[in-house]
Amino acid sequence: MPGPATLPGDPPMTPALLRAHKVNDDEYARLEASLGRPPSYTELGVFSVMWSEHCSYKSSRVHLGRLPTAGPRVIQGPGENAGVVDIGDGFAAIFKMESHNHPSYIEPYQGAATGVGGILRDVFTMGARPVASMDSLRFGRPDHPRTAALLRGVVAGVGGYGNCVGVPTVGGELQFDASYDGNILVNAFTCGVARTDRIFYGRASGIGNPILYVGAKTGRDGIHGATMASDEFSAGGPSQRPTVQVGDPFMEKLLIEACLEIFSEDLLAGVQDMGAAGLTSSSVEMASRSGSGLELDLDAIPRRAARLTPYEMLLSESQERMLLVCHQGKEDRVRAICDKWDLDAAVVGRVTDSGRWVVIATPGYDPLDDAQTPPRREDKVVVCDLPVDVLTDAAPKYDRPRGPDASLAARHAFDPRTIPVPGSWSEELVRMVGTPNLGSKRWVYRQYDSIVRGGTIARPGADAGIVRVPCEKDGHTVEKILAFAADCNGRMVELDPWGGAAKAVAEACRNLVISGAEPIGLTDCLNFGSPERPEIMEQFSQAIDGLAAACRALDVPIVSGNVSFYNETDGRAILPTPTIGAVGLVADAADVVSSFFRGAGDAVLLLGDARSGALSLGGSEYVMQKTGKAQGAPPKLDLDKERALQGLALELARAHVVRSMHDASDGGLAAALVECAVGADRPELVFGCDVALDADASDAASELFAEDPSRIVASCERALVERVKAMAAARGVPCAELGVTGGGRVVIRARGGVELVDVATERLRASRESALESIVGA
Amino acid sequence: MRASVVVFPGSNADAEMIHTLRDLVRLPTEVAWHKDAELPPDTDLVAIPGGFSYGDYLRCGAIARVSPIMAAVRRHAERGGWVIGVCNGFQILTEAGLLPGALTQNQHLRFECRDVYVTPAADGPFTRGLPSVLRLPIAHAEGRYQADAATLERLEQGGLVAFRYCDAAGAVGGAANPNGAMHDIAGIYGGPRKNVLGLMPHPERMSEPLVGGADGRRLFDALVAAAS
Repeated sequence: MPGPATLPGDPPMTPALLRAHKVNDDEYARLEASLGRPPSYTELGVFSVMWSEHCSYKSSRVHLGRLPTAGPRVIQGPGENAGVVDIGDGFAAIFKMESHNHPSYIEPYQGAATGVGGILRDVFTMGARPVASMDSLRFGRPDHPRTAALLRGVVAGVGGYGNCVGVPTVGGELQFDASYDGNILVNAFTCGVARTDRIFYGRASGIGNPILYVGAKTGRDGIHGATMASDEFSAGGPSQRPTVQVGDPFMEKLLIEACLEIFSEDLLAGVQDMGAAGLTSSSVEMASRSGSGLELDLDAIPRRAARLTPYEMLLSESQERMLLVCHQGKEDRVRAICDKWDLDAAVVGRVTDSGRWVVIATPGYDPLDDAQTPPRREDKVVVCDLPVDVLTDAAPKYDRPRGPDASLAARHAFDPRTIPVPGSWSEELVRMVGTPNLGSKRWVYRQYDSIVRGGTIARPGADAGIVRVPCEKDGHTVEKILAFAADCNGRMVELDPWGGAAKAVAEACRNLVISGAEPIGLTDCLNFGSPERPEIMEQFSQAIDGLAAACRALDVPIVSGNVSFYNETDGRAILPTPTIGAVGLVADAADVVSSFFRGAGDAVLLLGDARSGALSLGGSEYVMQKTGKAQGAPPKLDLDKERALQGLALELARAHVVRSMHDASDGGLAAALVECAVGADRPELVFGCDVALDADASDAASELFAEDPSRIVASCERALVERVKAMAAARGVPCAELGVTGGGRVVIRARGGVELVDVATERLRASRESALESIVGA
Repeated sequence: MRASVVVFPGSNADAEMIHTLRDLVRLPTEVAWHKDAELPPDTDLVAIPGGFSYGDYLRCGAIARVSPIMAAVRRHAERGGWVIGVCNGFQILTEAGLLPGALTQNQHLRFECRDVYVTPAADGPFTRGLPSVLRLPIAHAEGRYQADAATLERLEQGGLVAFRYCDAAGAVGGAANPNGAMHDIAGIYGGPRKNVLGLMPHPERMSEPLVGGADGRRLFDALVAAAS
């Protein structure tokens, strides 16, 4: 078979051109061997994105297979646009988390906004109406000159997109660390709900079926976004701004409504959104999943920029575009629905049985040029003709070298007891809870519409966001209640990749069970540095094993995910950040448990091991703040204990015997108690507490601030304390009665009644709520 | 009483408005599509929900005012028919001239979503018999009510200021005002017989205890009582 046409303006295949496309010599040789000829310029562009780290997972694939992805509720695991989990009564939760780190660092508002848009499309593409979003954000140190502008831009972008589309943002997380100074993280999560008999897959099936392009017109924005996401930044590098896409949430809203209407009738054989690598990736993936072939006619592509070349059209990452594989004869009905929503729809190709991805176009033809006559079939030339399996399955897979992080031994050896004891634990606590990492994230989440659609039961600020979802089927509605949490402590992962990753799973699931929800599935967003460095690959590999072990122990599968490598600037990697998004199912609205104390006079209980060893401050926020380093040996996670604790928490929630539950995580037990006392959004729901720890005053630092996993602060009516203790004992979980809620102060005592902390709730509340003021102002 | 909820392509608070009217207040409730030239037959109450009518990249509601359905809403309002516009609905009513003044960008320039307190400031069909303080959520970037001095005077003198922002104890003004609205105005009445209400807070998102409170339900109950 002859190769595709050389188009006017195609540059010659030189080493410099290959470098610009980030295709290395081995990969080029592999490509030529697979094709039996050199690729054309356009084909090289196509390969550069399809074989990019971002699209091909070439460095991570050999490890990802170790994650548990199956389970009785799993309808679709990784490999599709999003994971699908059965929630009963003929409905499924469909969810995924995805990174948009590099674009957000270059242009924070649009980068974050299009990150939200992309994940929404991944979810509604499968037939689901999006019902909740979260965002997991990481920024550089609070006083870094760019942090304020990046934070403002990203938060405004997340809100600007999600608020307009009308999907509540019900949770997330936000951390600051100097490792993110030059490489922020924006991980966006969305969950939708669909009927199990109306789930749509990205498959180009049915030979001869027409392929419809629906949504925004194609421009030059985002060209080579996928290759950018597969590269690291450098300080002196050229501006990458032209590769960032621009979002249009109103267009997305139209697409959601139109697609859901199209999905409700039997019109489509498959559907795929155009995300990274746009038209190329979406069409190739669909052909690959169905084992078919595909022919695209670029003359038919709706466009908004003049003189687009085939190369540009194939690689554009213009947002809010979908490819629909329509059953033959149903095109008019699809078009009618698109008309109702004022959306463009064009037939741009068809499914073939060739196993090849063939792209044709008329050289020089531009529909935006009024003087042009419509293209004729005989003038069209082939611009790409590639075997689908070469684009996908033949993509290189690397088992990259791994090696230990040489700095770890010295860092583990740090003894937290060498930190000087502060003069006042009360003042220390007021200061700690007012730091950007531990304080309230109110400034952020108040910019998100967390209540649109009217079903939000627990808003941001709680351990889990909770949403009631009316599920309608054939005129009958059942209500499902879903809970969402996102977690990762990158510092713990850096000090112990296996343990830190396992902790991320444990904490995300713990946040669900303490809110009254059973964890039913996870999605992961694995943010790491360059895979070409052995210590990063070692982090990655160990983190995968940690995630897997925790998933097995807690019996919850990972059903979707995303890998983001090359998160580094000038050779400095971010903290390894395998963010976990967890989805839970609440059996009954009455099972929902508050994260905050609910009244005065309740007993305060600690579920889990009461005592921290003096060394367990390792890796904590306290050590970080006191020494400026993540160091010390981090406390170990015992998965058997965690499993027992989580079983107990869910049982307590479902038995309606506790009034609140909140886990001790960042900032330790002291921060957790403060959050229980003053974390509620409404001042009239603030309740102090007076608690006594079974510990010597000399161990105050670790008792207050160590971040041991597997601990929950609960409150219950005093008459129910013995019942809660009995339930805990039956599961072998330690349960200590610490004290009582109420009063206008948070009082924490050591053994013998020695007062460690005694602070007015107003001071703690004011400190927490002004935590971000040092960055963004009042 | 029969309700119709107007749906623009960018409406996104339509689901909760329909749910509240149909399932909680138990009114027969239909949908009026923005391209319709007429309201559904026998409509008594028109509800214009929140959202971003046509994307609102221009001014909020600036395109919605010329949509086919708004001509029908105008006729309904001028006949004395009940109309409630919430958030984007309020913005659209001011753009359409059915209510005076304008909603501009919040003074702090950010979108803000949280619970606020409002106090009824005038007697009228949506405010009769309400408690002196209600807790309702806001979710808007452009909710700062502004009008010229003569309009404000007319609203104040005419008993047309329906709600003002206040604190939990009912004290109006100061930090209780979330967006810098003039005269702390959260909602106003209009129409020939106070039959049109526009307000920024979302009563339809706080009409049942499960979602954090039921104060919003009282506005709709008040209307049903006033109308019967």
